[in-house]
Amino acid sequence: MTTAEMIISYAVWLALVVLCVSFLLTVWRVIKGPTLPDRVVALDMLTGIVIGFIALIAIRTGFTLYIDIAISLGLVGFLATVAFARFILSRGNREAPKGDMMKTFTASVPEPRRKSAARRPSGTGPAVRRKAKK
Amino acid sequence: MMDILLAAITALLILGGAGFALVAAIGLNRLPDLYTRMHAASKAGTVGSGLLLLAVGVHAGDLSTFARALAGFFFFVLTAPISAHLLAMAAHKVGYPLCAESVRDEMKDYDKRI
Repeated sequence: MTTAEMIISYAVWLALVVLCVSFLLTVWRVIKGPTLPDRVVALDMLTGIVIGFIALIAIRTGFTLYIDIAISLGLVGFLATVAFARFILSRGNREAPKGDMMKTFTASVPEPRRKSAARRPSGTGPAVRRKAKK
Repeated sequence: MMDILLAAITALLILGGAGFALVAAIGLNRLPDLYTRMHAASKAGTVGSGLLLLAVGVHAGDLSTFARALAGFFFFVLTAPISAHLLAMAAHKVGYPLCAESVRDEMKDYDKRI
């Protein structure tokens, strides 16, 4: 292995580790993000990180065809973000309080889905249905 | 000697891109509200993936590959502000609030004007 190949190899390994860390941090924002636009922003960022992964794989394997895959993934991510923006616009506001935009927004809105799942003792969830089948 | 220089440039681009992606991810977690998080994701994140694509082009040492990587870079740089702007516009129009520390909302009366 020549010196140049070694430099590239070490750099790619280090970059893969760093990208893994940033990927996990972004996934944490997708899970945690209190509102829907937060999650959409994090998903957009996730697409960018995956494009970075694809570029690193292209360097490691030497297949430059991966560039086209990265470009098409970027196109898909862009269209997904635009569609999500239209969806947020048409859905209206369900999470934030109405009124002045500069109003203090300290407490994050609790998620209604999790609450209702905890409150409901027995319903028609998949586990119940599975039990009924037996 | 020449290939070592090329490898050093490629390694610099790779590490720079990964570093920008990490900064964007940290900003996404640390910044207080949606509109500031959008700064981190759409600026640093785009530069991160764009630098990694440029690194592929430089590493291949081929003009057609480099041109494709450059085209991809410009595509990302052009589309990221558009999507971020659309998303911020939609979120602001619908009424997602700014964080408590923000001092000014220039688009407060925007909905009344149109």
